[in-house]
Amino acid sequence: MTQMSNNPSVFRFHGGLHLDDHKAESLTRPLQTASLPAELIIRISQHIGEPNIAAVKVGDQVARGQLLAESSELVSAPVHAPTSGIIRAIEERPIAHPSGNSAPCFILIPDGKDTQYVYDQGWCNTHDLQPSDLLRLIRSAGIVGLGGATFPTEAKLSRARLQPIKTLIINGAECEPYITCDDILMQTHATDVLRGVQLLQLMLQPEQTLIGIEDNKPLAIKAMQQALEASQLGATSIKSIPTLYPSGGEKQLIKLLTGHEVHSRQLSFEIGVFCQNVGTCYAITQAVDRCQPLTSRIVTVTGPGIKNPGNWVTRLGTPISHLIELAGGYSVQQPKLVMGGPMMGLNLSTDQVPVVKATNTILILDHLDQPQTQECVRCGQCAEVCPAQLLPQQLYWYSKTRQFELTEQYHLFDCIECGCCAAVCPSHIPLVQHYRFAKSEIWEQRRKTYNSDRSRKRHEFREARLLKLKQQDEEKRRLKREALAAKAAEEQKAKAADTSSTPSVDAVQAALERVKARKKAQQVEPQNTSNLTPEQQRQIDEANSRRQKINQDKS
Amino acid sequence: MSVISSPYISPSASTNRMMLNVLIALVPGTLAYIWYFGYGLIINLIVAISFAILFEAGVLLLRKKPLMPYLSDYSAIVTGWLFALCIPMHSPWWLIVTGIGFAMIAGKHLYGGLGFNPFNPAMVGYVVILISFPKDMTTWFLPMQVSSDSLSLMESLSFTLGLLEPQHWDALTSATPLDQYKTGLGMNLMISEIRQSPVFGDFAGVGWEWIANWWFLGGVFLLYSKTIRWHIPLAMISGLLLFSLIFYVVDPDSVASPGFHLFSGGLMLGAFFIATDPVTSATTIKGRLLYGFLIGALVIVIRRWGGYPDGVAFAVLLANMAVPLIDYYTQPRVFGVNPPQDH
Repeated sequence: MTQMSNNPSVFRFHGGLHLDDHKAESLTRPLQTASLPAELIIRISQHIGEPNIAAVKVGDQVARGQLLAESSELVSAPVHAPTSGIIRAIEERPIAHPSGNSAPCFILIPDGKDTQYVYDQGWCNTHDLQPSDLLRLIRSAGIVGLGGATFPTEAKLSRARLQPIKTLIINGAECEPYITCDDILMQTHATDVLRGVQLLQLMLQPEQTLIGIEDNKPLAIKAMQQALEASQLGATSIKSIPTLYPSGGEKQLIKLLTGHEVHSRQLSFEIGVFCQNVGTCYAITQAVDRCQPLTSRIVTVTGPGIKNPGNWVTRLGTPISHLIELAGGYSVQQPKLVMGGPMMGLNLSTDQVPVVKATNTILILDHLDQPQTQECVRCGQCAEVCPAQLLPQQLYWYSKTRQFELTEQYHLFDCIECGCCAAVCPSHIPLVQHYRFAKSEIWEQRRKTYNSDRSRKRHEFREARLLKLKQQDEEKRRLKREALAAKAAEEQKAKAADTSSTPSVDAVQAALERVKARKKAQQVEPQNTSNLTPEQQRQIDEANSRRQKINQDKS
Repeated sequence: MSVISSPYISPSASTNRMMLNVLIALVPGTLAYIWYFGYGLIINLIVAISFAILFEAGVLLLRKKPLMPYLSDYSAIVTGWLFALCIPMHSPWWLIVTGIGFAMIAGKHLYGGLGFNPFNPAMVGYVVILISFPKDMTTWFLPMQVSSDSLSLMESLSFTLGLLEPQHWDALTSATPLDQYKTGLGMNLMISEIRQSPVFGDFAGVGWEWIANWWFLGGVFLLYSKTIRWHIPLAMISGLLLFSLIFYVVDPDSVASPGFHLFSGGLMLGAFFIATDPVTSATTIKGRLLYGFLIGALVIVIRRWGGYPDGVAFAVLLANMAVPLIDYYTQPRVFGVNPPQDH
């Protein structure tokens, strides 16, 4: 594909695609604030990690910013009420999920007052915040990575702080077409974004901070540049990177800005690099300086199927249908809804799903029929654009023929599912779908292997334990037998020793003597009338004389 | 609302378009071919392409596959066209049908059709009739510019249909320049002596050298339209030039010049249209370079020591055979796997 710009401070990554960016449509209008819908549908868990547990009951009156659900697990992020109102229900609602699943949600009916929850003194907005206070605050504010991964930010920070961090990278690339929420955030809230960067610097103490922004966002770059000059941030620079999808992929951006390649199976901070999205920086500022937990975010509503595309500051839990209404409604007969961008977004089956922390964009496409799929002709165009430098045609072949071991040999798990391969495939093969299938099959196999291994091990352990018990038993018996045998042998030996030392006649004599003596002893065996005291003897004699007298009388 | 998986961007490229580009790129060379060798090629093309489509449709019916999506991918036309360019002018119809039939049935569909065949179907068909009917396959007509006589379209058709017996063929036919080389060298003639024959032009065979230029032009279009990549043609030509140069430097009296080899026989056509068939060629970048180089080198080896004057078809088939091995050993380094020690 086309060469990267000659910017010497940028390192090229393999492949990538120049796509029509379609950013202008949603940038024609200024940032707006979405109105409150009739009901908010708030997912109980909106992060990657352990699920939350509800902290309020049906019927509870809640205030804006009040905790709704949390988990005590390490990798988790709580959820807060986006406005004041009453929890009408806690029930399953359809969510953005590849298979159109439902998940438990709070149904919050806003009271329109938008009353702010009152936090304990010192929870936020205090001077002298130490890194540990900041971490606690980021966690309790429910902040997750807003670039799309929704990994709890505090968990990422805590793990990264165990290593020295050389470079802090702020991801403002926003490389996927149509999406402009980070662009407009940087244009309108550059100072707040940089304040978040400053707080991150406080926690990580990096040697340098690089803010990467694709060069198709000149206004955002300018706004950030101006804010940076006005701030007192040291060792921080803004890097304009060439527009090339997927430059915003974490490992791609790190390669672009530092030239370092994060090893496969390694996390970026293991090579001293920490990456965070600009939206997350803004959320940190909101929590630390303004006591606002993460309850709203900017959502881009755009695409050929919507009347008035734009960006809205949207409360989490707002149904997508509400945003569609704010954007003037559908402009096509059969709209196709996507949460996220056209390359990696999730296709939605209904507009009744709510906005969650991960929702950066609602993309409304025309109804497009999937073009007829043809056989792979091995043209290799997929391999040319693959940013992970994989061989997608081989992966496809092995996924399709269910040779999953070979897909792993060809590094299936290094695929970031960016969709470049499928976007150029002349045979229109939904390649990413095949890789997702292969990955899920492998996970399923691993799970099964793990389970069967575990039960097999349990069974084997039990067998071994029983065998051991049996062996111990037998050992005991054997020892006993041996002891007895030894004793018998000893006696035999002793006897033999006796026999050998005296003449046999004597031995017979002696035996006879012994028998005689025993018999005699038996004859004189003591009775309970022997060894009596004179008094007792006297009483017995009396009794005997009485008995005799009675016997005489009878006769 | 239907649910499908990302990405939702429809690719602009299509396999059909790629095949169509190949057909477009073949036009200039084909016209030049007709200019030098006459209408016979048109008949070859019509017979080969029609039977290619017929065989494709027939096998699809037998395999209970839908006709249109497969027939409209132009792949049968490409195979028929390339096959027609390989065989001699005025070949009898049964020879063409046998060759293209073998190409489509055994070379393509027995392996599962487009995308599954390990060997280039056109080359399979060509080699089968080359080995089975050597006499018919080595009767080449002279360029009209050399024989100063030419056949009309009807005469050509009569030859193809077997209606006209080749009484005066000797005046019109001759071995190809490559064939003359082989025979001449076999008779211990010097290169300079062999080149006395009127079939030789400025740097290769009359007619052939210019047709080769037009194939090259078609190849440039394929590169420009991104239908093919440069690796295979460049590597194949490099392999050919390097190997022929070695022999030429060692013994210039008994070995043709690299330039002659480059513009003779099926080399140019092979480099841009046959070796670049994506289905049967290597898919990794390094693999493509290796694969192309292997074909170029094999062509010289076969032309020098083999039993046939040209070696492109055999070289391509041999390299096809090596593709799985080449692909396996030339996998690129995956991003993040054993990265260079840079920090």
